Amino acid sequence: MPVGRTAPAPPAPGTVLPDTPTPGPAPGRGPLRREGPAKLTGTALYTDDLVFPGAWHGATIRSTEARARLLAIELDPAFDWSKVVVVTAGDIPGPNIVNSIQDDQPILATDEIRHHAEPIVLVAAPDRALLRQAVGQVIVRTEPLAPVLDPLASDRVFVHYEIETGDLAAGFAEATLVIEGEYRVGHQEQLYIENNAMIAVPRADGGVAVHGSLQCPYYVHNALKRSLLLTDEQAQVVQAETGGGFGGKEEYPSILALHAALLARACGRPVRMIYDRHEDIAATTKRHPAVVRYRSGVAADGRLVAQDIEIVMDAGAYCTLSPVVLSRGTLHAGGPYACPNVRIRSRAVATNTPPNGAFRGFGAPQTEFAAEMQVNRIAEALGESPLDLRRRWLYRPGDTTPTGQVLRESVAAEEVLERAAEAAEFERVRARTAGDRAQRGPDARSAHGIGLALAWHGAGFTGSGEVHLASVASVELTADGRLVILIGSTEMGQGTKTIFPQLVADALGVPMDDVEFAPQDTALVPDSGPTVASRTAMVVGGLVIEACRRLRAVVEERSGGPFADTYRADAGTHGATRIDQHFRPYPGVDFDDTTYRGDAYPAFGWASAVAEVDVDLDTGEVAVRSVVAADDVGRVIHPVLAEGQVEGGTLQAVGYATIEEIKLHDGRYLNDRLATYLIPTALDAPRISTILVEAPFSGAPHGAKGIGELPMDVGAPAVVAAIHDATGVWIHDLPASPERILAAMDTLVRR
Amino acid sequence: MATVPIDLTVNGRGRSLQVAPHHTLLDVLRDDLALTGAKECCLVGECGACTVIVDGRTVDSCLMLAVEADGALVTTIEGLAAGGRLTPIQEAFLDEGGVQCGFCIPGQVISAHALLEANPHPTRAEIEEGMAGNLCRCGCYQQIIEAILATVEAAHP
Ligand code: FES
Ligand code: FES
Repeated sequence: MPVGRTAPAPPAPGTVLPDTPTPGPAPGRGPLRREGPAKLTGTALYTDDLVFPGAWHGATIRSTEARARLLAIELDPAFDWSKVVVVTAGDIPGPNIVNSIQDDQPILATDEIRHHAEPIVLVAAPDRALLRQAVGQVIVRTEPLAPVLDPLASDRVFVHYEIETGDLAAGFAEATLVIEGEYRVGHQEQLYIENNAMIAVPRADGGVAVHGSLQCPYYVHNALKRSLLLTDEQAQVVQAETGGGFGGKEEYPSILALHAALLARACGRPVRMIYDRHEDIAATTKRHPAVVRYRSGVAADGRLVAQDIEIVMDAGAYCTLSPVVLSRGTLHAGGPYACPNVRIRSRAVATNTPPNGAFRGFGAPQTEFAAEMQVNRIAEALGESPLDLRRRWLYRPGDTTPTGQVLRESVAAEEVLERAAEAAEFERVRARTAGDRAQRGPDARSAHGIGLALAWHGAGFTGSGEVHLASVASVELTADGRLVILIGSTEMGQGTKTIFPQLVADALGVPMDDVEFAPQDTALVPDSGPTVASRTAMVVGGLVIEACRRLRAVVEERSGGPFADTYRADAGTHGATRIDQHFRPYPGVDFDDTTYRGDAYPAFGWASAVAEVDVDLDTGEVAVRSVVAADDVGRVIHPVLAEGQVEGGTLQAVGYATIEEIKLHDGRYLNDRLATYLIPTALDAPRISTILVEAPFSGAPHGAKGIGELPMDVGAPAVVAAIHDATGVWIHDLPASPERILAAMDTLVRR
Repeated sequence: MATVPIDLTVNGRGRSLQVAPHHTLLDVLRDDLALTGAKECCLVGECGACTVIVDGRTVDSCLMLAVEADGALVTTIEGLAAGGRLTPIQEAFLDEGGVQCGFCIPGQVISAHALLEANPHPTRAEIEEGMAGNLCRCGCYQQIIEAILATVEAAHP
C-alpha cells in the first residue's frame, strides 16, 4: 500500500511539553514523535547535558603511528601528578580485551601499537585546563614498525566465506557475453551530529554506572563485566538521549565506557569523556572499504547464467564486527537476481588502520553497489534498458538464492522496481536524456542523467544470529495499574519510543498515552538484543506484541471483561503482572553457519531507487536533483517516521556516492575534521519521494521487516548510473568525485 | 586565571558573569548558565548545532568568544517555547516529522525562527539557502523545509 502525504494543516500552537499526553495523531500519519517536544525545546538531555557534581574530565592519549613497538610510558617528574590520575593497561583488573567477536582488541595498547589513534594511556583531572597540561607531560616512547596498509597485500585474514551453488564452469561455458568489473569503495564516517560521549559514575557496591550515547546497552554491559570483573548488578549501563548512531555507536561505546570506567575507578569520582569531532573522526569506526571483483556470464537468450564474485574488505587493525559485516556483504553480493551458477568468495583482512565497524547497511551497500554497477554495465552491453533487464532477472517467489534459500513469501523486488520506475517516469526521462546526449555539442556545460538501482536486504540478524541472541522483551502491568514496555532497544532517532507504545496500544486496545516506555537502563530492562540490523521493529516489535497478547489473555481470563476496561482493577486485585517474551526461532527458517547453506534471513526487504543528476561538464561536479525511493518494509507502522528513515538513508547514500571520502596517509585519516569531511547540506539534498510498499512477513505478528538500511543499498548505484547516463562514463570507485568524473571523461574523449 | 566581567541578556533575563577570556559563548551558555539546548558538535562553525541569536542575528556560538557578547541580547532555544507552549515553528517541525535524533534540532529551530523573523515570506530556495548552515545527518532537511513552509502558510493563509 502506498502512503501518500496528505497535506495537513499544522495543529494550533499549544502542544504540551514532555511527560504529558502525546499530542493526537493527524489521520493516516501516525502519532507525533513522543520525545519530539523535548528535543524541540532543548530540554532533551544528551550525555554532555547531564550534570554529575564533582565530575572529572577524562582524555585518551593515542598513538601517532600506524604501527610501532611500545617501549615505555613516562611521566615527566617535573609535573605534580598527585592532582590527576593516569591509567595504563596494567591498571585493568580483568582481561585487557574489548569484548566483541574475537578477543583481539586491547582496551589500552601494551607492546604493539597497531593503528594510528590507538588508545595507550588515559588521564583524568578535575578541570580541563589541568587535564590538558597533564596530557602534555605524558611521554610515549615507541619504535616504528613497518605497517601493512594495502588490504590486497595483507596476509592476516580475520574471516573468510565461500558460497557456491550450481556449476560455475558450465555456466560460463554457456555464456555468450562475459562482463568483468572491479569496484572500490572507501571508508564512510557515520557522522552522527552528537560525538561519542560517556560518563562513568562509581557505584556504592564497588561497581560502575555509565551514562552514554549508545545503541546497545548490553554490549557495553558485557564489556564492563568482563574487563572490570563486575557482577550483573555492579555494571549498570544507561542510555542518555542519543544524537544519532547509524551503526557508529553499536560497538564503539564499549571501549569508551571501559576507558571512562577505568578512570572513574582510579579517581573515585564521576568521569566525563566527551569526544570532540576531531577525536571522533580520527579514532572511531567507519564503514569498511572494499574491493569487489565480478565476472558475470549471460547466455545468448539473455539469462544470467554465471556469477563469480570476490570481495576483500579492509577490517582495519582489529576484528570488531567484521565477521558479521563481511557475512552480510557476502550474502547480498549476488544482488536480487536469480542465477543458477554462483561462487562468492570473501575475506576481511587486517591493515594498520583504525578498525572499521558497523554503519547502516553493514556490508551490503559495498557489495550491492558493485552488483548494480555490473547489472547496469551488462544492460549497456546488451543494448537493453536497465529496467527491462532487471524485470527479466529479478527474484520472484519460488526462486532460490545462492545459499539454497527458497524465497517463499514476502518477495517484492518486482513491485518496488515497477513503483519506482513508474513514479520517476524512468523510460520517458531516459529517452529524453538519450536524445540530449546525441545532440550535445562540444560546448555543452552541463548534462542531465537518470539511473536506476534495485536491492535486497535481509531482515534481522544473519543466519542463526537471532537464535544465538535469544532476545527477551517484556510488558508489565504494574501493581498501580500502569502499562510499561521493558526493552533494551534504544531510540536514536528512528522512532522506537513512538512506535512501541503504538504497537502495544494496538495489541491491548488501550489509548497510546496509557503506555509507558521504560528507560534503557540495564538495571531495569531485559536484553532485547542490540539495536542494529533494522531488527527492532520486526524482531523486538514481534516479541512485544506477543507479550501483549499473553498479558491481555491473562487479564481477560481473570476479569471476564475487555482488557481496556478491566486492567486497572485487575492490578488492584492481583498486583503486578509481567510477561517476559523470549525469542522463538521463526518456523521453517534454518541456516548452517559452517556450510553457509540455508535460509540466510527469515525474510528480505526490497528497495529500488531512481536518481536524476546534473553533471557540470567543466568541473565534474554532480548535483543530485531527485531520488524516487520505493522500499518494501513488510508493514508500515508509522508513515511519517518510516519516510524519515527512507529520506535519511537516501541522503547518506547520496553522500556516499558523491562527496564522502576519507583520505589516508601512512594509515592516518587526513580529513579528520568536519571542515574537511563533507556531508550533504540542505542545499545538496535532492527532492526525495518515498513510496512505501508492504509485502508482510508472516513470521512477525505485525508483518514488519525493518526499514533503516534499505535505502542505503540503492542510493549510490542509482546515482552513479545517472552520472553514466549524463556523461557516458562509468565511475567504478566511490565516491564519484569531480576528479574521478573529469578523469573518466578525459579518457573517454581521448578514446 | 584572570576572568573578565560581562553583562548580557539571555532569553530576556539580565546576567552578569565572570568569564575566562578564551571561553566561547557556547561554553558560557552550557557550563555557566546551564542552558544546554545549544549543542557542541564541530567547534569550527561547520554544523550549526550551537546556533543562537545574538542581537537579532544567528551566530555559531562555538565561534564567538563570550567577551564579544558583552552587552548583547541573546536568544537560545530555551527562550522560544515560553510558558511551556511550543511555538508555531516547533509545532510544524513535530507535525512534519522534522525531528529524528534531535541533536541538530535546537540549532535548526533557532535558524528557522531567525529566518522567518528576517523574512516572513521566504521562497523554498531562500529557505534552503538560509538553512544550509545547519547540518542534519538524520536527513530531516526536506521535512524541515516543509515545516517552515507550513508555518509561513499558517501565518499568512
Ligand atoms: S559546534 Fe558550532 S558550528 Fe558546529
Ligand atoms: S535530527 Fe539527527 S542530526 Fe538532525
